[in-house]
Amino acid sequence: MSRADRRARAGNATRGFAYEEPLIFERSRPGRRGDSDPPFDVPPVDPASVLPRQLLRERIPGLPEVSEVDVVRHFTRLSTWNAAVDLGLYPLGSCTMKYNPKVNERVARLAGFADAHPLQPEALMQGFLQLCHELERHLAEVSGMDRVSLQPAAGAQGELAGIMMIRAYHERRGERRTKVLVPDSAHGTNPASAALCGYQVVSVPSAPDGLLHPEAVERAMSPEVAALMITNPSTLGLFEEHMAAIAEIVHARGGMVYGDGANLNALLGITRPGDFGIDVMHFNLHKTFSTPHGGGGPGAGPVGVKNVLAPYLPVPVVRKLGGGEGEGYTLDSDFPHSIGRLHGNHGNAGMLVRAYAYLRSLGPDGLRRCAEMAVLNANYLLARLREAYHVPYDRPVMHECVLSDRGFHEQRVTTLDLAKRLIDYGYHPPTIYFPLVVSGAIMIEPTESESLEGLERFATAMLAIAEEAREDPELLRGAPHHTRLARLDETRAARRPILRWQPDA
Amino acid sequence: MLDAIDVPSLAALFDPIPEKYRLSRPLELPAAVGEQELLAELERLAARNASTRTHDWFLGAGTYAHFVPAAVDALASRSEFYTAYTPYQPEISQGTLQAIFEWQTMLCGLTGLEVANASMYDGASATAEAVLMAMRATRRARVVIGAGLHPHYLEVVRTYLGGLGAELVRAERGPDGRSAPLAPLVDDATACVVLQQPSFLGPVEDVAAAAEAAHARGALCVVTVAEALSMALLRAPGDLGADIACGEAQSFGVPMGLGGPHLGFMATRFQWVRQLPGRLVGETVDGANRRGFVLTLATREQHIRRERATSNICTNQGLCLLMATIYLALMGPVGLRRLAELNLAKAEYAKRLVRATPGLSLPLSAPGFNEFAVGVPDAAAAALARALDAGIVAGLDLRAAAPELGPAVLVCTTELSGRAAIDRLVAALAGRPA
Repeated sequence: MSRADRRARAGNATRGFAYEEPLIFERSRPGRRGDSDPPFDVPPVDPASVLPRQLLRERIPGLPEVSEVDVVRHFTRLSTWNAAVDLGLYPLGSCTMKYNPKVNERVARLAGFADAHPLQPEALMQGFLQLCHELERHLAEVSGMDRVSLQPAAGAQGELAGIMMIRAYHERRGERRTKVLVPDSAHGTNPASAALCGYQVVSVPSAPDGLLHPEAVERAMSPEVAALMITNPSTLGLFEEHMAAIAEIVHARGGMVYGDGANLNALLGITRPGDFGIDVMHFNLHKTFSTPHGGGGPGAGPVGVKNVLAPYLPVPVVRKLGGGEGEGYTLDSDFPHSIGRLHGNHGNAGMLVRAYAYLRSLGPDGLRRCAEMAVLNANYLLARLREAYHVPYDRPVMHECVLSDRGFHEQRVTTLDLAKRLIDYGYHPPTIYFPLVVSGAIMIEPTESESLEGLERFATAMLAIAEEAREDPELLRGAPHHTRLARLDETRAARRPILRWQPDA
Repeated sequence: MLDAIDVPSLAALFDPIPEKYRLSRPLELPAAVGEQELLAELERLAARNASTRTHDWFLGAGTYAHFVPAAVDALASRSEFYTAYTPYQPEISQGTLQAIFEWQTMLCGLTGLEVANASMYDGASATAEAVLMAMRATRRARVVIGAGLHPHYLEVVRTYLGGLGAELVRAERGPDGRSAPLAPLVDDATACVVLQQPSFLGPVEDVAAAAEAAHARGALCVVTVAEALSMALLRAPGDLGADIACGEAQSFGVPMGLGGPHLGFMATRFQWVRQLPGRLVGETVDGANRRGFVLTLATREQHIRRERATSNICTNQGLCLLMATIYLALMGPVGLRRLAELNLAKAEYAKRLVRATPGLSLPLSAPGFNEFAVGVPDAAAAALARALDAGIVAGLDLRAAAPELGPAVLVCTTELSGRAAIDRLVAALAGRPA
């Protein structure tokens, strides 16, 4: 089959109406304005009459002078250069790029959420506090945790909160533990969060079957270990079958078990981290609960704990009034053992509203259906791709599957080449070169949002690329061929960093 | 599909999960609702929150009510932007990457520094990360903090420094509202000084003196900005000697949104680029020598460096950064300057009125930008309640943040504060009919 035929059969995009667009600064023309003056209904003031002249600036470099039309065309054109979930399958493993329902955007823009202030009187934000209280309860139920704080702004900040709580717990018991165990397949944020709390990170190897085995944890465990951080399902897409035994070993030596909730999507309504030994975990609302990823955030990373860690939760805590306190909700900071405040306000409130709306739209049956379809889709892709791609740990998977480039060494085709060629077929590539335990990893997470036809088309593209890799490896090494820009020189960017635009630079 | 996978049932897909861990009951969550009911439910919840649509607004204190041009939300609502993720694959993420590069450029201009990153979570965590960065850069662990740091920022700094054995020293507030000079507090073990500009209570600080005090002992000067619009009027932190400028850029087109998502920012001098946390976008070329943008200098970051990374930050505030970039492009240098002057003029108008009103006072004499403390005749809570009765959210009760001022309210005026509303605010705070 010819190359063009293949792309026509399996491709997801064509060569379209592609625009060029300079930097906004290069569109600048002196005197052009894109703003409109607000009413100036008070006497004008010369800033120099109020503030010392040496504290005032004369000009603002770095801002363009452009019209509103310029701005609108500029950013609209830029947007056309992005891949996005709304354009098609975005199988970035461990990122859970599921569809983001539009109604959630609408509710987040209601004035009572979008135009309200974090410090307004509690009596004037009861709707928000109620939403927080309900969302905390729902997340606790989904995860089997006892308490939840919505404050962390992203998964990594949730991890930080979790490790800080573990540290506070040990310190209050008069124990100075210095190490945190992290499996070699973990996300990079895990060791980074532990290090940010002053812990020494000890890597624990996974076994040849891809799982973490109790013996490995036993060997690494000591009274100096504060916690084990574990991701279940792991970044290999595998359920950690020995979870209970592992948790028992850690608990027996006085350690805590931290659960990275990045892969929670596979477990919704099926099993709960709190039921398999996790003491504290974070949620990625931008993964599991469909808040949009925003081109790199904002996310939200609530943290859930078992009661033993509840005294250490970040403040303030949303509390439902009871007893003689009357009706409603309050923000309570009176927790003497709290790790303190993590966010300037109440966390990424707008994301909390979206996640709440998502939970209400799905209910218990819908959530379980998410997990079932996500796992079905990942296993289906694995079944379809196994014939053409090396599968380092070939076992039934949960929400994602990991392939590698091992079958293409002879052709000197790498994972990067395969990924870039996928772009020519109109697909965002999977996560690549992660987890680190697989050389040349290709980590695919289709999510529940894809139909059978959509998966089949993606699988056909992957199979076509495998054929191309054998027949015409040079084609892959030069990919992508159909994007506005060809492969970008990342080495040059790092060697000679140009990190801002400068006139005539 | 099950045949292709070779499993007998959907349930069998979950066989890898040992039976004993399985949930044997449905989750105890409310039953699903359709889109129409959902919208009604959330409208009911939203209606129980006051907003700038229901009240006249003078509450700032780190989150500012500014006008957002329609084009900002229209463009940021393009789902090619908001349903994408971190631009790991540059060939199909040039939209996001170029916008970040433009933000980095704009922020360098505003801060007078040479390198800006692709955002932090918020002003508070950006300040904490700036302190950590200064500690790494200087290999010192003592931090001198100006009197005017936002109390929540201070709390977050304390939280981040919790287990790291750092020493925090806080300057007193001088009688005019500015921080007392930092020089006497800085020693050879000091990693950095941290000064908020303008300070939490409004007065504009002497950044140059703080920078000089820091540099004299080999420490860095961190300037944190909570009201980013002030940078359109005030001299850039970098021009006054700051080594790191950080803070909150919510004022640039990002909704108040009950406090988040907002837009933490950070900029520094090029010499410290390898100590900078967060994502950075750099310019490069493709195979045909065409300009393009990529994430760069990732060897600082957690996904490469793991426990040796400069920070654990991964997901940041990309969409808020986009909003701010669009906003600043629309405003331009002239529009932004005019807006800042209008904010200043509104505050000066309100201050004149306060001075002329019996029972009210301005306890701090140092000049400020658009925010200031107002002394009220009785308890601040009573003054705020009077204002609320008149449909006004008047500001922040300073009882906790600055008890020594006596009963006082922190008031903020922006372009949204109409003159008539300011008149009514002052009357309500004083307890007189408007």
